[in-house]
Amino acid sequence: MALNYTAEEIMQTIRMVQSENLDIRTITMGISLRDCAHEDMAVCCRKVYDKITRKAEKLVETGEAISREYGIPIINKRIAVTPIAMVGEACSGGSFVELAKAMDKAAEATGVNFIGGFSALVHKGYTSGDRRLIEAIPEALAVTERVCSSVNIGTTKAGINMDAVAQMGHIIKAAAELTKERDAIGCAKLVVFCNVPEDNPFMAGAFHGVGEPETVINVGVSGPGVVLAAIRNHPEWDFSTLASIIKRTAFKITRMGELVGREAGRRLDVPFGIVDLSLAPTPAIGDSVADILEAMGLERVGGHGTTAALAMLNDAVKKGGAMASSHVGGLSGAFIPVSEDAGMIRAVTEGALSLDKLEAMTCVCSVGLDMFAVPGDTTAEVLSAIIADEAAIGMINKKTTAVRVIPVPGKKVGDEVEFGGLLGRAPVMALHTYDPAVFIGRGGRIPAPIHALTN
Amino acid sequence: METKRVIVTVIGKDRVGIIAAVAKTLSENQVNILDISQTILQEFFTMMMIVDISQSRLGIQELQDILGELGKEIGMQIQAQHEDIFRFMHRI
Repeated sequence: MALNYTAEEIMQTIRMVQSENLDIRTITMGISLRDCAHEDMAVCCRKVYDKITRKAEKLVETGEAISREYGIPIINKRIAVTPIAMVGEACSGGSFVELAKAMDKAAEATGVNFIGGFSALVHKGYTSGDRRLIEAIPEALAVTERVCSSVNIGTTKAGINMDAVAQMGHIIKAAAELTKERDAIGCAKLVVFCNVPEDNPFMAGAFHGVGEPETVINVGVSGPGVVLAAIRNHPEWDFSTLASIIKRTAFKITRMGELVGREAGRRLDVPFGIVDLSLAPTPAIGDSVADILEAMGLERVGGHGTTAALAMLNDAVKKGGAMASSHVGGLSGAFIPVSEDAGMIRAVTEGALSLDKLEAMTCVCSVGLDMFAVPGDTTAEVLSAIIADEAAIGMINKKTTAVRVIPVPGKKVGDEVEFGGLLGRAPVMALHTYDPAVFIGRGGRIPAPIHALTN
Repeated sequence: METKRVIVTVIGKDRVGIIAAVAKTLSENQVNILDISQTILQEFFTMMMIVDISQSRLGIQELQDILGELGKEIGMQIQAQHEDIFRFMHRI
């Protein structure tokens, strides 16, 4: 029997893992909690805890066994649940913070590091459960460790709920205030979305959508370091060659996600949902999307040319990745979180990357304004206006956009905030302080754009 | 009989007896060597084996432990990985 692989192929795989930071960023188990509703909050909490711990009992050990046998690191094992606004809506009394605590306890018991789904979908309006959930977000994020929260305030089909946009500015401020001793870490666990995907495995925005099955396994891959290694030191390549190399590399990275997802689904007897083929950076040196853009020939990310470079990278990653998996979903594009990417941090610190350029970049990549710190005295209205701008980009371009902003109490432009671990560190960025209060205070909905009328 | 294929890679500074030591450990554990290839890559001795562990009482994790120990003894980095990771990445 012939050795089916060349020495180069085998060594390439090993090198990707050992020196280029290739890893599976997350195996996320989605769990429906729709059958946990109950009018007594205490009963509902117990049902939530029981169901999560039962379904995800073997998630972490299975992830670790797969990681070991295949020799590929699986960094995070996580859980996403039905938006809790729907689960808790039937409860006649009690605070939704209790539900967050039940989620947190279940996450701890199963050994996962984050659990997403303390969420509400209010792009067209609030139900009573949505309202109670959103009001509970600041406290829920302050008293739990692992719970992540998200709120969808707009879609291309529905337009933008500006009442919710206005409220989220205040919610973010309150979350920052309640966790000010920990540099407002509550805000790092809260995402405001437009066009939120219902099968995203990445935190903090993961939840288990209403069209999903009872349980599902979704996988997020990583690998900016692998793309960087493939393209660095080749200024002579034209764009066709560059795109082709990125596509081939993305294909290989995504195949790892497909393999791990299928295997995890088989071992856990849970359907395999999707691979999210995002390029997700980490604060580790060399594992940076910004470094890829600079390797493409920019002196610094944030300079002119950055948007074009990112657009090409994002598209090539999708083309390569889409071929590698039977089902692609989630966010699937390049992530540009500021605090989690050493190259982005450097560009902000040096003054090369402004918030305005970052916003332009979000027009052509997968997510939005992610993990950036702003001065603590930023008003709720300015935060809402940032959200409104970003949501407008998503709504008009039929794509997901999000805002995860951290107004750090007591900090000003030029200061730095350290979150540690995968969340990294964030230099506090300057923003426009002109007052948008009248605009934000109008209330109501921005109507859906004309191209929502596709039927 | 179904085979259970594992790829063993041995990387380090070349010296006498590397293949012998690895092969001995594998045979003691009823691990069948299906193919071997060896080369010098970037100045490092690099050996790749496809082995079948279906006749062995060892699972892949135990094999990894035993080879890891052997690697420490002979000063080489030895890895054992399920074949699928290479098949998925390099074959369509």
